Amino acid sequence: MGESVLPGEAPVEQSAASHLTDPVFLDDLRRQMLKFAVLQLDNEAQAEDAVQEALIGALKNVASFERKAALKTWVFAILKHKITDLLRYRQRWVDVEKPSDSADDETLPSVFDTRGFWHQEDRPNRWAQPVEAIDDAHFWRVFEVCLEDLPPAQGRVFMMREFIELDSDEICQSIDISASNLHVLLHRARLRLRRCLEEHWFCEEAAS
Amino acid sequence: MMNCEQATRLMSDGRERDLTIRERAAIKMHNLLCVGCRNFNVQVHDLGRIARRYAKEQGEETTNSIRDSTGPSSKE
Repeated sequence: MGESVLPGEAPVEQSAASHLTDPVFLDDLRRQMLKFAVLQLDNEAQAEDAVQEALIGALKNVASFERKAALKTWVFAILKHKITDLLRYRQRWVDVEKPSDSADDETLPSVFDTRGFWHQEDRPNRWAQPVEAIDDAHFWRVFEVCLEDLPPAQGRVFMMREFIELDSDEICQSIDISASNLHVLLHRARLRLRRCLEEHWFCEEAAS
Repeated sequence: MMNCEQATRLMSDGRERDLTIRERAAIKMHNLLCVGCRNFNVQVHDLGRIARRYAKEQGEETTNSIRDSTGPSSKE
């Protein structure tokens, strides 16, 4: 609004310590972490605890972080470790519902015909925009909606595999399913996710 | 020949384990004739890249919105 920025004036950069005392930032961060943790743990109370512990851990070591983005990536890394620990621990004392049973219940998205070939309207189109070039906050909201739209077992293993970057063996051990069940779930998750993204994002790109 | 369901399953598995030469050849053959699966074969890796950028992008988005909201007020 006509506010002149003097040349050489430093962009507003707060120290990392002040980020974590900034209520708006903290609130936003907590909300995003919680969403992630709930998706992984499927348990609100444990998710709250994991987020709380990750934030406390971050506050203890905050001095070394200059930039807010770096701080956030790091806080998420702590959270991922907490979640991984919790999932490993849970396996030892909770009778985990076996996703192997539910894996067969979840029907494939109806993208294939009875002979296993693509339905015309579900055949993947080429995505006009390279992933590296995506630079739009709206895209990430679309991605979140698509993730939340996955059946829970599919969403969980997809995030463990592609976001937390656990390998197949670790995932199979921590939620106690066979490799082939995991691969079925991942295949279905990928079919659904790509269709959702194409429908709500890449399709608009192609049409324009 | 494999159908698209089997072909996409193998392409998805390709991110989880090393495929055999036979499996890779089968995918190549299928994809020569199937444009949908050819696109899937790119997107299955795109999904991984998107997931990995997810937290990072959110971080930057938050940074920007905070910067916008604190920028003017901090000059007052």
